Amino acid sequence: MATEAQSQTAPRPAVSLPSVLLVFLLLAAASYAALIWAPTEATMGLIQRIFYFHVSSAWSGFISFIMVFIGSVAYLRTRALKWDWLSVASAEVGVAFFTIVLITGPIWAKPVWGIWWTWDARLTSSFLLWVLFVSYLILRTLLDEPERRALVSAVFGIFATLDIPLVYFSIWWFRTQHPQPVIGDGGSLAPRMGYVLLLCWAATLGVMTVLIRIRYRLESMRSEVDG
Amino acid sequence: MSMTRAAAVILAKELRTEFRSRELLGTTLVFVLIVIVLFSFTFNPTSEESRRFGPGLLWLAFLFAGSLMLQPSFLREQPNDTLAALRLAPIDPFSILAGKMAANFLFLLLVELLLLPVFAVLYNTAILPVLPQLILILALGTVGLATTGTVFSAVSAQARLRELLLPLLLLPVLAPVLIASTEATIGILRDPSELSLVWLTFLTSFDVVFLTAAWMVGEYLLEE
Repeated sequence: MATEAQSQTAPRPAVSLPSVLLVFLLLAAASYAALIWAPTEATMGLIQRIFYFHVSSAWSGFISFIMVFIGSVAYLRTRALKWDWLSVASAEVGVAFFTIVLITGPIWAKPVWGIWWTWDARLTSSFLLWVLFVSYLILRTLLDEPERRALVSAVFGIFATLDIPLVYFSIWWFRTQHPQPVIGDGGSLAPRMGYVLLLCWAATLGVMTVLIRIRYRLESMRSEVDG
Repeated sequence: MSMTRAAAVILAKELRTEFRSRELLGTTLVFVLIVIVLFSFTFNPTSEESRRFGPGLLWLAFLFAGSLMLQPSFLREQPNDTLAALRLAPIDPFSILAGKMAANFLFLLLVELLLLPVFAVLYNTAILPVLPQLILILALGTVGLATTGTVFSAVSAQARLRELLLPLLLLPVLAPVLIASTEATIGILRDPSELSLVWLTFLTSFDVVFLTAAWMVGEYLLEE
């Protein structure tokens, strides 16, 4: 009897072992590429190697926040709680990635610019973005009833993501001192550095996917227990 | 009943409630005065310095005022559950939100207009030559403040710790409004002919984006 009940409720793992292994290998390869294979930058020196994970974390963080928007809109349309689980999972992972961005940024800035922090456009907007989604997560903790929480935080999630481009444009016009974009036209990134950056991005995207899936599963189990 | 008509009725109801007690306007006015006085200690408010820092502190004070003043917008409906009664009315639910937004816009604009001369005197700023431009900036910034503020007031009214929550949700979202209105105000104070089209366009886009968002998803907040 006991084993039967257990086998019925035993959850399928959120992520399969091969995919975790794949992400792990990707991360190892990306670390090797960023720390050893990539050429040392001429003026900034070794510290510039932090750039690969700094930038790729920011990109993956953005994608997580866009998923908050998708989850929020989809929840309001379908009223299926699974979309709310996607929103909360993505918001948490996005905040984690932007925490990495905000920590690696000053470590890079100190030797290069001589200061830990400067109120330049991208630093300020990343900081604001982080605060915005931390507020989103705090809002969720202050709402008790699951359906109400999903509904109210979906509305706020939509407003917060719509604010992202506005925050960027306003601060961009306000001040800019950040190293100019090195990708796209007029970029000066060596080809090999570009490959390393893409590899790092692939690795952080893998980590993002795994974390969101695990967090999503946790949320669905929580809902099962509460419901 | 058409949506505009319903919104106008709600607006009239909000104005009537406020002007019978006048508690919200009076309290907010004094609050902003306190902020303006306290700000004078943070820098040397000579005419020269005030031109640089004045607009920023004025807008920051308005933002703080909004994050406190818009709180009762939905909380006031709770003790007698009057929001449920409003929802029962055969009107578009967005008109409830729109009426409250319009009322909040008027309240905030009134507070701002009353405080502008006080600010000009205390901080040695000549605002008369640029008054029309200044009112345009005030109006555009306040639409954004009232729109997001009213929606978030409905959000925070449903949560715990609501008094603390509204500023937490509202202020980061309003950062672009703070930047744009401050920069535009600094511009015209420096040179009256220098009304920055970039910032005016930006403020208008902010208003359009969030008015549209409020129109599309705001009514979900009124569901029981």
